[in-house]
Amino acid sequence: MMAVLDSARKADEGRVRAVTGLRDRWANLPYGWRISVLFAFIIFLYALPGLEIPLISTPDTDFTSVLFLCAVYVLVAVGLNVVIGLAGLLDLGYIGFYAVGAYTVAILGSPNSPVVIQFPWVVCVPIAIAVTMVSGVILGWPTLRLRGDYLAIVTLGFGEIIRVFALNSDITNGNRGITGVPVPSEGTWPEWMDWFPGITAGRPIFSVSNVIGFYWLALTLVFICMLGVRRLERSRVGRSWLAIREDEDAAEVMGVPTFKYKLWAFAIGAALGGLSGALFFSKQTFINAQGFDLFTSILWVAAVVIGGAGNQLGVALGAILLAYLPERFREFADYRLLIFGVALIVMTIFRPQGLLPSRRRKVELEDRAKEGAVGE
Amino acid sequence: MNFEFLGDNFMSLTVTGLTQGAIYALVALGYTLVYGVLRLINFAHSEVFMIGTFVTTIVWAGLGFGVGASAPGTFGVLGLIALAVVAAGAASGGTALIVERVAYRPLRKRNAPSLIFLISAIGASVALFELVGAITDRQPRGMPSLVQPKVQFTIFGADVTNLQIGIILSALAMLAGLDIFINRTRLGRGVRAVAQNPDVAALMGVNKDRVIMLIFVLGGMMAGAASVLYDVKVGITTYSVGFLIGIKAFTAAVLGGIGNLRGALLGGLLLGVVENYGAGVFGNEWMDVVAFVMLVVVLLFRPTGLLGESLGRARA
Repeated sequence: MMAVLDSARKADEGRVRAVTGLRDRWANLPYGWRISVLFAFIIFLYALPGLEIPLISTPDTDFTSVLFLCAVYVLVAVGLNVVIGLAGLLDLGYIGFYAVGAYTVAILGSPNSPVVIQFPWVVCVPIAIAVTMVSGVILGWPTLRLRGDYLAIVTLGFGEIIRVFALNSDITNGNRGITGVPVPSEGTWPEWMDWFPGITAGRPIFSVSNVIGFYWLALTLVFICMLGVRRLERSRVGRSWLAIREDEDAAEVMGVPTFKYKLWAFAIGAALGGLSGALFFSKQTFINAQGFDLFTSILWVAAVVIGGAGNQLGVALGAILLAYLPERFREFADYRLLIFGVALIVMTIFRPQGLLPSRRRKVELEDRAKEGAVGE
Repeated sequence: MNFEFLGDNFMSLTVTGLTQGAIYALVALGYTLVYGVLRLINFAHSEVFMIGTFVTTIVWAGLGFGVGASAPGTFGVLGLIALAVVAAGAASGGTALIVERVAYRPLRKRNAPSLIFLISAIGASVALFELVGAITDRQPRGMPSLVQPKVQFTIFGADVTNLQIGIILSALAMLAGLDIFINRTRLGRGVRAVAQNPDVAALMGVNKDRVIMLIFVLGGMMAGAASVLYDVKVGITTYSVGFLIGIKAFTAAVLGGIGNLRGALLGGLLLGVVENYGAGVFGNEWMDVVAFVMLVVVLLFRPTGLLGESLGRARA
């Protein structure tokens, strides 16, 4: 038994060295090379629904839908990463923000909502983002003064409150839900896009039956948000978040207004969650309280930590695994969560820093292990 | 808003709330003990409770008391319940111990940050309830109604049944027992010492690992006992039963001051009562909302819960 574990650990360390080596080599490449490789990769991602790649496509479900789900989950993970990975705040009720964003778009945009305003999608989404940001501040204002574990339970409570509210309130139509959530645009595919497999000119760009349009929109939003968060991470705000994550008291003493920046992390994370909710339910065109259980929220946290909290590529990987694996392996439907649970335990024991850790975080964890060894 | 209903049924809502709260309090003990010593949320504790509810039904069914069986006489019922408490306590305590060995101990040796513990706990929780879900085909499992609720006496217009008295009294008895154990015995002193300062306790000759195993087993046993009471009260269980009770019990523990045994009792009873009042005023569907709003309000004014965090400091 121990021999198996040891060899697994060795193999994993070898893999880490390979990844780190790859990362260094990548950083040493000339700028032009990096840009063109990145560009090619992005093109590849956009082209993915049209390429019939064996093995990775999903036999039981529409592959483009799975890709869309992956993109939405990546967006969620990028937002949650701001809260958990950068600022170090444990938010177990992130799905509440996702729900607020989705419901705002549904209520303002749908012809069947209790409040018939029927704003177009492009108006609804900025409003939804603003509303979720405000809800993030409303939740954060009283609770961010609490320490970690208390924050976890309060955010969990927030997620549950939003769900119960959605289930029982009149404005959300209760359990009947709201149909006719607006799609981003009523436009149709132009002639010159006809060459792409799966696209027929004259068909609507955004429809439930053909989600390529949704996938491309989601992918674009993912890139914009990742770039934005990356800029934030390397700014004064990002450095403050890291300082808060490492040691809140020390940060405060050094003159970082911790409460303010924690609130910012919460608001920005919430806004991204709201955006992803709005996006996902525009594709579904139907929304009710079923989609917002706390369990999903907890799985998201797990995805972020497993992927490598603090590193955007890592959390994206975690999110993609969380969205993709259950769809790929439908035949194991009954056992997939069981396997997932076991995998979580194994992961935390072998690789607490995640699959693709942020460098800083990895060093921290190694430090802690040394400190622990002294204390034992 | 239906304040008239609350006014008319105040006492009976209180009694129902206390009954519910007693079960919360017993489960909350598991969270509080572990948090008091290790400063971590044992997220898998809800599944420890869930295992208890199933073991109870299995024991009863094994003795010929499956669904629909008629209850034996009073002593028979008491015997069945006592047997179930022993079996469920052992099963839940064992499960808690396994969770500790598999999911926590390797991390403790590496001094991992609490977020990592939480993920590991989530993993254990998911694995346990999916395992039971797969075994039971995700079907709920019924059991005989052993205790027919009979009104024993009336207090300020509220009917109090034998079932409610039994649940509240047995929960109080177990809590008192645990309190005495932690505060008066040698092993309990070890627990308090580790809670106060693990390193110094180890220097003074307390076996830290044994203390940690002890608290997991104790918390698990309490959850097992709570699961029997829950089964007697509700009469049906399913693999996902732990989640909501777990969240509520954790809320109760935080409310009273996590890490504090008496806080768990106070928090549990208060949570049960207040959420029943809330259900009376706003309707049943808003029960959970009332519970969480109360938690936020209490934490705003008393950030460490009503009685404060003090497993280590209690009568040190």
